[in-house]
Amino acid sequence: MSRLLPHPGLSALLVVMWMVMVGDFTFGTLFLALVVGVLVPIFTAPWWPGRPRVRFRPALAYAAIVLWDILVANFQVAAIILFRRTHDLRPAWVTIPLELTSAEAITVFAGTISLTPGTVSADVSACGKYLLVHALHAPDPASEVAKVKARYEARLKEIFL
Amino acid sequence: MNTPPLAYADLFVSALIVLGAGFALVGSWGLVRLPSLMERLHGPTKASTLGLGAMLVASVVWFQLGKGVWTTHELLIPMFLFITAPISANMIAKVHLHRLRTGEASEPAGPAGPPPPPPGSADWATHEVPHEGTPGDFAGD
Repeated sequence: MSRLLPHPGLSALLVVMWMVMVGDFTFGTLFLALVVGVLVPIFTAPWWPGRPRVRFRPALAYAAIVLWDILVANFQVAAIILFRRTHDLRPAWVTIPLELTSAEAITVFAGTISLTPGTVSADVSACGKYLLVHALHAPDPASEVAKVKARYEARLKEIFL
Repeated sequence: MNTPPLAYADLFVSALIVLGAGFALVGSWGLVRLPSLMERLHGPTKASTLGLGAMLVASVVWFQLGKGVWTTHELLIPMFLFITAPISANMIAKVHLHRLRTGEASEPAGPAGPPPPPPGSADWATHEVPHEGTPGDFAGD
């Protein structure tokens, strides 16, 4: 089982992506999708040493929250670009202490921060315990940190075991 | 009353395309007017994602109502964008941090000033090799 399907999640993702890309739900397409989904993980297995354990249901809820926040982020950043004068803008560097420990979880956390309202993640500390984030408009950086940690990091701790 | 259903679809699709183009324009305007590099990074990572999203929804709706076929491959484009946009923003930010430290920045630090060092003895990973046993340590691989 593990020889044939070293990464079942990756295989499932490849099958779904192949079907979505072709957009033609016939038996032939599904067969080709399954061939790709089985062969690619087998040949790329040496580059995927570990397999993070992920809880699926909270991950779906997280994706929905992030999609909604991206929608809101677009309007907020557009409003800042259009209507806020440069000398009213309060950009700030924010250091977020990390409770997540796995590389995958920190990567997803940093990516989420970059896509959601007014923040871009810039760097991680060499000790892996802090994230450097730039906020476009943060009059109160401490509340920004608390918001991001409560909204995203708490949920990611439930997803990555 | 005799308006064919396609006219409504055309109106809807046109509205989506205009919305998408508007957001793309705002994102580009952000590049022009925001004060420094780190602020300008916010424009393309955010305001342009909705612009692209609206145009892709317009494409799906147009193929469904105009041609009667469901297209799904548009859904993959935002997925790849959401994976790659934070990474390119991160790489630009890291180059900026590095150049600020070495004094060869293409422009001075913005209104937020140079970034503060992290608490503790470690530096940011742009300036220091990730410590052994941390998530960024790939020395043994």
